[in-house]
Amino acid sequence: MSIASTQQKGFWAILWDYLTTVDHKKLGNMYIAAGAFFFVLGGIEALVIRIQLAKPENDFISAGLYNEMITMHGTTMIFFAAMPILIGFMNAIMPLQIGARDVAFPFLNSLGFWLFLFGGIMLNLSWFLGGAPDAGWTAYAPLSIQSPGHGMDFYILGLQLSGAGTLMGGINFLVTIVTMRAPGMTYMRMPLFTWTTFVASILILFAFPALTVGLFLLMFDRLFGSAFFDVALGGNSVIWQHLFWIFGHPEVYILILPAFGIFSEIIPVFSRKRLFGYTSMVFATFLIAFLGFMVWAHHMFAVGLGPTANAIFAVGTMAIAVPTGIKIFNWLATLWGGSITINSAMLWSLGFIPSFTIGGMTGVMLGATTADYQYHDTYFVIAHFHYVIVGGVVFGILAGLHYWWPKLFGKVLNEAMGKIAFWFFFIGFHLTFFIQHFLGLMGMPRRYWVFLEGQGLDTGNMISTVGAFLMGIGSLVFIINVVYTTVKGEKAGNDPWGDGRSLEWSISSPPKEYNFKQLPLVRGLDPYWIEKMEGNKKMTPAQPVNDIHMPNGSILPLIMTIGFFIASFGFIYQVDNNLWLIALFGGMAIALGSMLARSLVDDYGYHIHKEDLEKEVD
Amino acid sequence: MSQEHTLDPNNLPKDPAKSTLEGKHKFLGLWFFLGGETVLFSCFFATYLALKNSTAGGPTSQDLFGLELVFIMTILLLTSSLTSVYAIYHMKNYDFKKMQLWFGITALLGLAFLGFEIYEFYHYITDYGFTFRSSAFGSAFYTLVGFHGGHVVFGLSWLIALMVRNARRGITLKNASKFNTFSLYWHFIDVVWVFIFTVVYLMGMVS
Amino acid sequence: MTENTSMSKLNSYQNHKSKEEMKHQVITFALMIIFTLIAFYAVAVDMDKIFVIPLILILAIVQVGFQFYYFMHMKDKGHELVALLIFGGIWVAAVAILTFTTIIWW
Repeated sequence: MSIASTQQKGFWAILWDYLTTVDHKKLGNMYIAAGAFFFVLGGIEALVIRIQLAKPENDFISAGLYNEMITMHGTTMIFFAAMPILIGFMNAIMPLQIGARDVAFPFLNSLGFWLFLFGGIMLNLSWFLGGAPDAGWTAYAPLSIQSPGHGMDFYILGLQLSGAGTLMGGINFLVTIVTMRAPGMTYMRMPLFTWTTFVASILILFAFPALTVGLFLLMFDRLFGSAFFDVALGGNSVIWQHLFWIFGHPEVYILILPAFGIFSEIIPVFSRKRLFGYTSMVFATFLIAFLGFMVWAHHMFAVGLGPTANAIFAVGTMAIAVPTGIKIFNWLATLWGGSITINSAMLWSLGFIPSFTIGGMTGVMLGATTADYQYHDTYFVIAHFHYVIVGGVVFGILAGLHYWWPKLFGKVLNEAMGKIAFWFFFIGFHLTFFIQHFLGLMGMPRRYWVFLEGQGLDTGNMISTVGAFLMGIGSLVFIINVVYTTVKGEKAGNDPWGDGRSLEWSISSPPKEYNFKQLPLVRGLDPYWIEKMEGNKKMTPAQPVNDIHMPNGSILPLIMTIGFFIASFGFIYQVDNNLWLIALFGGMAIALGSMLARSLVDDYGYHIHKEDLEKEVD
Repeated sequence: MSQEHTLDPNNLPKDPAKSTLEGKHKFLGLWFFLGGETVLFSCFFATYLALKNSTAGGPTSQDLFGLELVFIMTILLLTSSLTSVYAIYHMKNYDFKKMQLWFGITALLGLAFLGFEIYEFYHYITDYGFTFRSSAFGSAFYTLVGFHGGHVVFGLSWLIALMVRNARRGITLKNASKFNTFSLYWHFIDVVWVFIFTVVYLMGMVS
Repeated sequence: MTENTSMSKLNSYQNHKSKEEMKHQVITFALMIIFTLIAFYAVAVDMDKIFVIPLILILAIVQVGFQFYYFMHMKDKGHELVALLIFGGIWVAAVAILTFTTIIWW
């Protein structure tokens, strides 16, 4: 299929193409687009929160709506904005970096995307169906059990759907990295982003089942009358907290490790230097992942687990600062003596280092159990985790968008607007959250609808709100940049930065559907850089031009997801009316029926023939 | 690449399940999934262990459980694990009829297990009034054992679909990996049951 | 695509090897049944709790080891990464169970 024929397709043909695609690059772009949409939703919710808190005893929104706002802001940002955009990068870039033509399970990949998207839609439909969830993004029992209406049910089913999708994505990435590396691409030659994808996928594999179980227990209690969290029948609500944080803390590393990977790609390219301490970077990534599973109870110091348990988890928490410190120093050492280009991608990376370090430092402060009793549930905690999540993950996403935009969409984002967006966002970010450390230390509790006048909190909150709007302007400039680039941007070449080091820069932007006409031969770390240093224009092929086997597209993942989506409504509303059981069983029948169809019909895929490949220019 | 899916009788791969890239993917993917399932079931086990004494005045584990039924169920499931090993052994020898036979026996044993489990739940509910809603112990018990039972149901449907679909086709490189991944999944169900009969039933009966 | 080829096509070494393996698996199965019998017996005769609980737990762990290594072939080549991930899962599982049996109630 040549490019000319794809351009002639009508709207419906293109839509059908996207609904049925199993191409990892298209799915990656869809993940990023959907994630960006949810990011805007979460951002609007954040602005509403900040407007409410702009002045003492404000009545911009009601207390109930405020609770819905904070819950939806947290849930949307973590599960439906940050994670999907990172998974989008993993999808679009990781196979290119290891020299693969596809992922291991293209069908599952598409199913994972649709499950995530419909999970997000499900969650947000709650706004129109009687009120959004309002028990906080952590949904602590018994509050989440007693929350009236169906808001929390939408939270449970929405997360269950998207969680299943994420788990599939994780397994898919793991298998892809294990089996589909190009000839010569040994483990210790993999780019850092691929490594962090690998480790984050392991975390997904082990963390998400805990959330699944927690959500099941919550669902059974809310919808089927079980007694896990019902103290009168012997239940125990601390179980939810443990299950949630056994998942929740690794989740933080699922978010931050890929961001670390992105910075580890960008900094060497724009310093024109090999990444300092590659081996220690890989080692540190694994160490963070390992320790990340043994620290979850630092979210629960104030629960009363006893001094022994608290001490063990405190030590584990502080230990994580060590591998993280290794990484920070490695990035600094990569910059040291490099020939540095400052562009938008690099600005976000340079802005990340101090911002994240502040977040890491307050993390160690929070990890000190005794001190934590003072910080617990105050704005100090809010400031801390926004410093790591925004200063780490969001900066990473924006850096990655600037860096990989030409590879994803074939055009380089406008530099001037990129820089304007950065400065608005960066200054706004520090204005918003730095002051919150002090608000927290002064005793301002989190999740409160209003604060009182004359307690020294007025100015700080006003500054914070102003900062939030600057971040909003920054995001807006970025969106304008995207639109502008799409319309007016120039087409990018294979290696628009000129200094690309990894395999994705050796192929066209955007890549052909089969990625590599011939699989490349990898001769070391930073394979494309090695070839360039030896004066070669392209990678040395590891095989002659041959027929390429491609998977067929399929509409089944979408139908399967719609089945589960309908069944979820059945689960929620069968409490009110038994007729909804029809939706439950009908939806399940659709989903399982399409699974059966997938299993029974053999799909052999198709081939792109040698002759057609030879006609294509690189 | 149609030659990948047909067998040349003179040049049979040693392990048909892992001889194609797709087969390798399925093999690894299912194993990794089992790693996740380990965490899933451990969380159910952990919840059960935390709540096993929360009977809220209702029946306790000592009141409910009996050795005989659990023993029969255990032997059924353990044997079905062995029969699926036999089936895979015959698959590797390209003996399709014997593979189908042993998988058929596996399915029957699985069905028998399921029958006993349904009888067991029915017995607790009607004779003891012990339900999912009676107490936190009841919720935890039915959830843990029920999720295992759900896995058995899913495994059986999977196996029957595979057997029916491939009844006329014999062993190919495409379906060999499917049978192999199923058998791994089935063994894992057995692994979980070993812990269920030990932790839930036997430990629940020790006073 | 419906070749039902006979065993004669396989070389004898391979044949011998898989027979050997089958013998191991039958022995494994016999041991598993014996372990199960011991566990049920220990509970049935009402031995001391402090003795029975560790005993049946150890029997269960060994039995599961048999399942993984023999029935599921984790002892074979090409299972290194598989083993790593399974043990990763077991590690998380162990930490979770330890937590739930120690600090849920206080």
